[in-house]
Amino acid sequence: MRLHLSPEDRAFRDEMRTFFTTSVPQSIRDAVAAHRELTKEQFIEAQRALNAAGLAVPHWPVEWGGRDWTPLQRHIWREEMQLAGVPEPLAFNTSMIGPVIATFGSQEQKERFLPATANLDIWWCQGFSEPDAGSDLASLRTTAVRDGDDWVVNGQKTWTTLGQHADWIFCLVRTDPTAEKRQRGISLLLFPMDTPGVTLRPIELLDGGFEVNEVFFEDVRVPAENLVGEENHGWDYAKFLLGNERVGIARIGSTKRMLIEAKEHARGITVNGAPLSEDPYMTARIAELENELLALELTALRVVANSAGGRPHPASSVLKLRGSELQQAATELLVDIAGPLSVASFADDESDVPEWAQVATPSYLNYRKVSIYGGSNEVQRTIIAGSILGL
Amino acid sequence: MEFSYDDEQNGLREAVSALLSRAYGDSEQRRRVVGTDPGFDEKTWGQLAEMGLLGLPFAEADGGMGAGPVEVSIVAEEIGRVLAPEPFVEAVVLAGGLVADLGTDAQRAEVLGALAEGTLLPAFAHTEVGSRWQASAQSVTATEDGGSWRLTGVKEPVPNGARADLLVVSALVDGATRLFLVPGDAEGLTRTGYRNHDGTRSAKVAFAGTPAQPLGEGTGDQSAAIEKAQARARVAYGHEALGAMETALTTTAEYLKARKQFGVPLNKFQALTFRAADMYVSLELARSTVMWATLVVDADGDVVAAADRARLQASRASRHIGKEAIQLHGGIGVTAEYKVGHYTSRLTAIDHLLGDGDWALARLAGSVAEHQTVDALQ
Repeated sequence: MRLHLSPEDRAFRDEMRTFFTTSVPQSIRDAVAAHRELTKEQFIEAQRALNAAGLAVPHWPVEWGGRDWTPLQRHIWREEMQLAGVPEPLAFNTSMIGPVIATFGSQEQKERFLPATANLDIWWCQGFSEPDAGSDLASLRTTAVRDGDDWVVNGQKTWTTLGQHADWIFCLVRTDPTAEKRQRGISLLLFPMDTPGVTLRPIELLDGGFEVNEVFFEDVRVPAENLVGEENHGWDYAKFLLGNERVGIARIGSTKRMLIEAKEHARGITVNGAPLSEDPYMTARIAELENELLALELTALRVVANSAGGRPHPASSVLKLRGSELQQAATELLVDIAGPLSVASFADDESDVPEWAQVATPSYLNYRKVSIYGGSNEVQRTIIAGSILGL
Repeated sequence: MEFSYDDEQNGLREAVSALLSRAYGDSEQRRRVVGTDPGFDEKTWGQLAEMGLLGLPFAEADGGMGAGPVEVSIVAEEIGRVLAPEPFVEAVVLAGGLVADLGTDAQRAEVLGALAEGTLLPAFAHTEVGSRWQASAQSVTATEDGGSWRLTGVKEPVPNGARADLLVVSALVDGATRLFLVPGDAEGLTRTGYRNHDGTRSAKVAFAGTPAQPLGEGTGDQSAAIEKAQARARVAYGHEALGAMETALTTTAEYLKARKQFGVPLNKFQALTFRAADMYVSLELARSTVMWATLVVDADGDVVAAADRARLQASRASRHIGKEAIQLHGGIGVTAEYKVGHYTSRLTAIDHLLGDGDWALARLAGSVAEHQTVDALQ
């Protein structure tokens, strides 16, 4: 039991802080801080800056660019990155398909995909959810039927985040519709988004942005060598992938940054002659959020220290559940601080409404997603009740 | 930063747990013990002394074990786990802590040595009717006459005030708060004990020109020292609450599996299992914060602020888990025959002994402008 960081970890934190605040373009960090939508080029520029410094895929195997850091160092890396407003390396690449290929892929697949995935030379998107398979992913219906040396894919995916930028998709498909357990008949295929028969339809979200898409497959031919691991074992890889997704999903550094912003903005608004930042109810609300965020960060530190063999600690469900709630609480706080200004979401350059107040409500509405994706909070409660409490 | 216990600390936990589960493994044993004065078992208190636990945080020169706050936290957690009514936090961490911080060499040797041996029970007589979780005395006064001090006024409720062999009393001297030692058999001392809702005991303690000995040698205000000792006790109470919350949750989970209604065990109802999952979330967040606060005490950091943070999180969790534990049990949770309601009662007492969540939040809110972020890593 020890409170302080070791001198090595303290130096590591300083090194991360310096890198993130000096080596990633300020314009990109400003865009993140202002909750603006990033362009594809900004994502790529940021990730390549990280990758050049060996900071894009530290959790991968060392031979593919990993750093063999301690769980605490990974936590510091992630939190400092979020606190500095650096866009995280694309999760679909670095947290999802990268580790799956590194663990289950063939040597050819590793060599072909891993360096390009780390450097965002290939932009991956996730073909998991379907209109009738959300939290109940195993009920997916997109099929792949073997025809000679190819798989022929038909069906539809949805909620495909940033699919409009994607070069490739990793896609769960049903390869054995007769399997006794429906989880057993699923495989994982990789194919380019410009393969004939793939079409994409953007879905506009409440904040006016286009983050997610529907993807349709009509007789899409995928070479057999693009199947990952073993046929009909795709469910195992999906579970592995989703377990990785939950680590780091608490986004503590990002929420911390929003609370810093909230305190700043509250100082600039006057209520009955006094700054909103001195209103007793407002200070209590902020203090409670700060304390809950501290509790979450400390829990994350306990959990990372106890994650063994790459499998997430069961309590990582707490991180997803509470992390999403606190992200949402922070966006709600910003809307409330903006008050009457919070309706002016799409005001133009002539407007006196500051940018943070304009984007407050769209962000708040957009952030409803965080308790839904990555395994909805109800799924997390099911995991806690089942695998931790034995209910 | 490191959150795991070493082998010696795990060994301590096992030993304390073994002793206390012999004494209170069956919740009827606790009911019997708290049914008569002094509200705890003198024999178990003696066994805690034999294990060295009552002198755990005190210097070896003062008759203690020289252990740190982590060891103290382990004992407090095991106390809470079985709801042992022995006043470990009250006597060792709070009353003993004040003597350890402020006492003269002679006072420390006399009081802490005897406390460690289990032959002297000290109690902190501080709260007054009309005061609320403050570090200063309210209306009890101390006056000096020819080098001897006398106390006048009333302290209430004083935890273990009737049973205590020695009272550590806060009193006003020209507006400053000072601490005094008063033996239980002092003249002009009237003590009226009663039962608290959680089975422990408190007392009305009246001083009528009662002779008293100043604690320590200084003459300045001692409320900062009271604040610090109370902060350490808040953190230790946090651990006692963690132990209690964990039992309340596991007891509730077991009950959901065992109890059948509508022909199925209750854990078939998602409306119930989701609520149990939320109890787990509250418990783990509180555990992290309280453990961190103990590490702040260990590192001699900003103990008062860390204790407020732990108090806030533990208070919210205690109320959530305490109330849900009863609700998920149903009617049996409200009975005195079944154990779970007693956990809620004790958690409610802990919440109000040294400051509740809203009280801590108000203090934290006052300093929210003084920092940009709250950093867990130091």
